Amino acid sequence: MTEAGEFAVATAGLTKRFKAQVAVNAVDLLVPRGAVYGFLGPNGSGKTTTIRMLLGLIRPTSGHHRLLGKAMPHNAGQVLPLVGSLVEGPAFHPYLTARANLQRLDSVDRHADPRTTKARVDGALDRVGLLAAADKKYRAYSLGMRQRLAIAGTLLAPRELLVLDEPTNGLDPQGTREVRHLIGSLADDGATVLVSSHLLSEVEQVCTHIGVMHVGRLLTQGPIAEVRAVSEPRARVETDRPADAARVLRALGLTDIVIESGVVVGTLGALVPDQVVAALVHEGVPVTGFAVAQPSLEDLFVSLTGEGFNVSG
Amino acid sequence: MSAAELATSPAARPLRHVSTRFLRSELRLIFGRRRNQAGLGILAVVPLILAITVKLSTPRPGHGPDFLASITSNGLFVALASLSIELALFLPLAVGTIAGDSIAGEANIGTLRYLLAVPVHRTRLLAVKFAAITIFSLVATLWVSLVGAAAGLALFGGGEMTMLSGGQIGMGPAVLRVVMATVYLGLCFASLGAIGLFISTLTEQPIGATIAVVILNVMSFILDSIPQLSWLHEWLPTHWWMSFGDFLRDPVAWGDLTRGLLTAAGYALVFWLAAWARFSDKDVTG
Repeated sequence: MTEAGEFAVATAGLTKRFKAQVAVNAVDLLVPRGAVYGFLGPNGSGKTTTIRMLLGLIRPTSGHHRLLGKAMPHNAGQVLPLVGSLVEGPAFHPYLTARANLQRLDSVDRHADPRTTKARVDGALDRVGLLAAADKKYRAYSLGMRQRLAIAGTLLAPRELLVLDEPTNGLDPQGTREVRHLIGSLADDGATVLVSSHLLSEVEQVCTHIGVMHVGRLLTQGPIAEVRAVSEPRARVETDRPADAARVLRALGLTDIVIESGVVVGTLGALVPDQVVAALVHEGVPVTGFAVAQPSLEDLFVSLTGEGFNVSG
Repeated sequence: MSAAELATSPAARPLRHVSTRFLRSELRLIFGRRRNQAGLGILAVVPLILAITVKLSTPRPGHGPDFLASITSNGLFVALASLSIELALFLPLAVGTIAGDSIAGEANIGTLRYLLAVPVHRTRLLAVKFAAITIFSLVATLWVSLVGAAAGLALFGGGEMTMLSGGQIGMGPAVLRVVMATVYLGLCFASLGAIGLFISTLTEQPIGATIAVVILNVMSFILDSIPQLSWLHEWLPTHWWMSFGDFLRDPVAWGDLTRGLLTAAGYALVFWLAAWARFSDKDVTG
């Protein structure tokens, strides 16, 4: 079908069983090169376990995967230097400064040039806005600063793939915006970004692709427009004669019509919204408000799982 | 600043085959940590107390540890007496703390997953960690000797040293003998460190690993003192430690020392391999 090299991440039947529980169940994740892939799912849906398998931290019970076109974990030594990762929150030595922690990470990288360490560490700290706090002990860092430092750790070397597990955890709205901006700029530099989140709206805005996890399974994935196309836009009519409005909408061919007090909602299908308004006016139904709503990812998730976006057991 | 400016392209990042950066980073972590500096401070207290109390009293020959009676004749004996006191608990505890920390400490605070993702090959991680434990072990033991020798020479002076075998050697050769005895013990403690490294791969609680090392150490001394278990004694990890006094014979009595070094090497090898077998395909979930 497609060449393996076309995908930055490609898994086949990736499965992880912990004793009785299947944490990840036959996941076929495909992240095209250059994509910003939103890896979505509630807490406990298997995102982090999948990411741990991608990086070779845990062994899959079955299935296999490739990163940047190379089989893992066999080629970890070649592949992982090109992968920056943030897994399950930041982790650093508490009694070292931020700068010393990044230097520590750099010193264990056999590909890193010690002559450029200082410049690269400062550059990474600068990019996440921590340069002024570089000589504070990690222990004194707030959760938001810790999260930024972990992101800085992924920027110590040029990367072809960034795997960011919940990068906005603990960040305030401003910090969340900055991380979104950073993800955008990394993608502009040509990197592929796999970003997981349990907050759908947060990721929606920056992603080109999404994949949705639920209880260990990948329910759907693809370019964001295609995934969204599965659920059609709905027209929302505000009127003081909802029964009449519903009759008109039904006659026009709208489906799934729901009548609430003063509001009628129906799925548009192939209809153009203008036609709906024109028909309502023509029938003498007073329209006080009209809107076409693209279903949010949250609505999409509910329609896929029949459940809310809560913690999976 | 863009990623391209931060560093050169991936192709321009050649693998550095020989580098001591990781090991140096480990040593900075170990020796830069307040807790460990305090531990080294405590190790230094014993030789100081020993030298001062002996100076203030008149020891009766024939009582106390082997070297205690000889201290007044040559200050270097403070180093040896301190080692014989600290080898039962203090030095094994110090090495056990570092070894217990090695993997479990990183797992506990989560830095282990980031090391492995850099990537650091797991075999390389275990090799560097054990090298750092060995260096710490040698440094801690030499530190005790150094403080002991300095305090002893200051309070009692140096000069000719009377061997356990009766003869006398000059100051230069005497210092060499003390250094050899110290290095011997340092290597013995490093083999205990290998056991600690293995235990450290079993848990995410560094303090638990440290306690386990200390218990094994004490257990070994207890078993070594039960005559009915004499068949076992020569295989115990701590059995040959007290033989370090054989460096003070003329000529050096290498028999037991060789057995001691072989035993240490055996324990180090077996437990390093056990750590590798355990860790090389372990799921890192911490």
